[in-house]
Amino acid sequence: MAALRRKKRFPRHRRLKWGRVMLYVFMTAVAAFMAMPIIYLVSSAFKPIEELFVFPPRFFVQHPTTRNFVELLLAVSGSSVPFSRFAFNSVFVSSVTVLGSVVLSSMAAYPLAKHRFPGKDLIFLGIVSALMFAPEVTQIPRYLVVNKLGLIDTYGALIIPNLAGALGLFLTKQFLEQIPGVLLEAARVDGASEWTVFTKVIMPIIKPACATVAMLVFVAAWNDTFSPLVFTRSEAMKTLPLAVQTVAGGPGVVARTGAVMAASFVLTMPTIVVFLLLQRLVLETMVHSGIKA
Amino acid sequence: MKGMWRRAAGRLTRLGQEMKRHRVSYCFMAPYLVLFFVFTVIPVITAIYLSFTYFNVLEPPRWIGWSNYRLLFLEDDVFLIALKNTLVFAVIAGPVGYIASFMLAWLINQLRFRAAYTLAFYVPSITSGIAMAVVWMYFFSSDRLGLINYVLINLGIINEPVLWLHDKDTILPVIIIVSLWMSMGAGFLAFVAGLKNVPDELYEAGKMDGIRNKLEEMWLITVPLMKPQLLFGAVMAVVGSFQVFGVAMQLAGFPSPLYAGHTILTHLHDYAFIRYEMGYASAISVVLFAITFGLSRIFMKVFSTHGDY
Repeated sequence: MAALRRKKRFPRHRRLKWGRVMLYVFMTAVAAFMAMPIIYLVSSAFKPIEELFVFPPRFFVQHPTTRNFVELLLAVSGSSVPFSRFAFNSVFVSSVTVLGSVVLSSMAAYPLAKHRFPGKDLIFLGIVSALMFAPEVTQIPRYLVVNKLGLIDTYGALIIPNLAGALGLFLTKQFLEQIPGVLLEAARVDGASEWTVFTKVIMPIIKPACATVAMLVFVAAWNDTFSPLVFTRSEAMKTLPLAVQTVAGGPGVVARTGAVMAASFVLTMPTIVVFLLLQRLVLETMVHSGIKA
Repeated sequence: MKGMWRRAAGRLTRLGQEMKRHRVSYCFMAPYLVLFFVFTVIPVITAIYLSFTYFNVLEPPRWIGWSNYRLLFLEDDVFLIALKNTLVFAVIAGPVGYIASFMLAWLINQLRFRAAYTLAFYVPSITSGIAMAVVWMYFFSSDRLGLINYVLINLGIINEPVLWLHDKDTILPVIIIVSLWMSMGAGFLAFVAGLKNVPDELYEAGKMDGIRNKLEEMWLITVPLMKPQLLFGAVMAVVGSFQVFGVAMQLAGFPSPLYAGHTILTHLHDYAFIRYEMGYASAISVVLFAITFGLSRIFMKVFSTHGDY
């Protein structure tokens, strides 16, 4: 009987396997195709100048060199602001924004997910609604507010308006909602204050959500071109994206191609590395990302 | 009358007591809420108000009724081009990106090495548009040195290099392709995560109930279970597909040839931060608000889970 069943199942099993192989080939091809622009960027950042302008065009680097990075440091050092200043601005602004966002959205998510109080539904409705329109809608009034507060051309202008993002709070709240309340009750029975419950019980549990907020906010802050473009005046306050644009000299300029490649490499890698480090925690959080309507 | 007042006052007192009892909750939320109000809620209301005024930042806003909107839709030809470009873009890139995100996530879920595939598809969405511009400039370069022209000429598909970023007929398609490349964002991650969490028992049960193939299984079991994630993805896709700004500006330049790469956001930026016509620019942003918010609300109806079990 058992032998018979195995015999019957065997051909079907094989057919299924062929389909699987094709699926792997297909998906790997699509993934490789998607990765092409990034591979080209990485490869070109290490190309010596001859290889950048060779005909026929060459995709991969053959004699890797770090000269482009040296040239990048020199290219901007002629102007009043060194490249390292832009890099510092970017790192500083992104880190503070990430830190602030994680703390603020965790603190706000806790009562929103675990307490019952008047206005709770209204507040959550506001957060979900804010997910539903392009944030650019608020650009002009934001500019007016930043201007009124006297923040123009300060780090505050690059950080404060981006601290209370809707997506971060939404994801943290959704994540926290599925944590059983028993844990909190146990802590409260032991006489812990709400603040202790928050720091000792909630924070360790929502680590995946915090990692997700950190990743999303980091990517947004790191790639943000709007804030430095509109909220800053002096060169010394600009961040990396604008610096790369300056090095590139606008669309169609061929000069300093090597330095531009190196700068683009520096601009791209951090977001990829951050996601790589946090990927597992991010996916754990995104399970609960659904909007129930 | 008097009774009504008294009841209303009583309800207010009770609400006040309730709120006082929960003051800890409000304290936790206060820092976030203050910033959320100052930089999101009040700006939306202010934008709507300003859209009915003439406002150049130097003088106080002056109420002019519907003038901005009349100008926008009846006389501003460039805005109509921007609106058309944005809608063409959104109608193509939105659904294609959304469906591709779900299908790819669904396929990934059938495979091993999920993390590697997820990484490969997600990473484009977190790259900086400015950094990648240098790559696209090379891929879509208008001379024979450009990678795509070079490949197409070698394959004998074209004889002359195509002026990808200078020809008004190819600018928008190139922007769409680049945006699609970047479209597997938070929605895609939600799909990957959600699919992984559908319990295997349900698929087993489905087989018992006579589900014949994978597609039927997806439609009858996976999609209904994934409604909340699908809605989240849809909202992300709607907002994302109206945000073509960086990519368009980088690739097509500003202003682009014959406004072929001009979008609502480009127009908004032009009037707000180059011409400082804040009233008029606010009207543009309110139009953008109405479109994105309206579409998201429609998706909320489509993916409603009311009445589901």
